[in-house]
Amino acid sequence: MLPTSPGDLDAGDTREQSPDSSAGAPVHSNEPTAVKIDLYWWEGCPSHPEALALLEDVLVANGVEAEIELHEVTTDEEATRLRFPGSPTIRIDGRDIDPAGAESPPALNCRIYRLPDGRVSPIPSREQLEEALR
Amino acid sequence: MSTTLIERAPTFRLRGVDGADHSLEDYADVEALVLIQSCNHCPYVQGWESRMKAIQADYADRGVKLVAINSNDVDRYPQDSFAEMVRRAEKEQFNFDYLWDEEQALARELRSERTPEVFVFDRDRKLIYHGAIDDHRDEHAVEQHYLREALDAVLAGRDPAVAHTSPVGCSVKWRQ
Repeated sequence: MLPTSPGDLDAGDTREQSPDSSAGAPVHSNEPTAVKIDLYWWEGCPSHPEALALLEDVLVANGVEAEIELHEVTTDEEATRLRFPGSPTIRIDGRDIDPAGAESPPALNCRIYRLPDGRVSPIPSREQLEEALR
Repeated sequence: MSTTLIERAPTFRLRGVDGADHSLEDYADVEALVLIQSCNHCPYVQGWESRMKAIQADYADRGVKLVAINSNDVDRYPQDSFAEMVRRAEKEQFNFDYLWDEEQALARELRSERTPEVFVFDRDRKLIYHGAIDDHRDEHAVEQHYLREALDAVLAGRDPAVAHTSPVGCSVKWRQ
C-alpha cells in the first residue's frame, strides 16, 4: 500500500494489508491469522503519515499479512485511558513496538524513537518495526 | 510570503538559560538575527539541534546570532520547563541563546505554529526568511539548506531565493 496523506487518516480507519503478490509468496488459507496492528496518532504531530507509509512498506517487504487500524487521539483523557505516550504509537497484537518508550507518561505530543545509530527520530526505524513483527 | 507573517522583529525581554534577561536591543549589533521557535521535548527539534549548533558555529564570526525560544505550556508539558531548558542546554552544549517565553507573548507576536520554526531578520530587523531550517528532518537526507542560503543572502545584501517554506515539527503547545 502506498503512503497516505494526513487526510486519509480517520479514527478507526481499518486497512487490510496483504503481501503484494508480486513481492512475495501467495497467501494460503492455512497460514497464520493476520496480525492486528493499531496505530494511534495525534494531529499535533505530523509524523503519522510517514510512520504509516514505513509500516506498510515493512509489511509488504516482509510478506506479513496484517490488518491496520488507525485511531486518532484527541484529548488528554483519551491519551491517559489509552496509555498513549505520543504520536505515533504502534501496537502489534497489542504489544507496543517500543516497550521502553511505551513507559513514558501519557501525553499529546510527538513520540521520540531512537534509531540504531542513536539518533532521535519522530518515527520508529525500519529495524524496530521488523523486530516487533518477529 | 504569507501576509499573515510579521514584517519586523518583535520586541521582547526574556530570561535565558544563562540566568540573564535578553532583549531584542541586546542583539542590536548582529548582522542577522535568527529566532527559532523551539522546545525541549520535540523529536523534530532534537533532530535539528545539531544543525542549529553547526550553523551558529559556522556563521558566528559573520555577525549571525541564533536565539532559540521555548514558549510551550509547561503545565501540560513539564519537560519544557525552564529547569529542563537549562539541563538540555548544558547537556547538548548549546552555542546559541535559549530563552523562556513563559507568557507565550513572543510566540504570539511571531505567530509561530511549529517547533522548530525559523525567523531570519536582517540588519534592520526586517523578516527576510521564515520556515524550516532545511528540507528534511533526517540530516542525512537534506538537499536544500534554506537557513544557510538565507543567511548567505542577507550577509551579501540581497534577498534570499527562497523567502518562505513550511516548517515541519511539533505544534507549539499553547495554554488552554
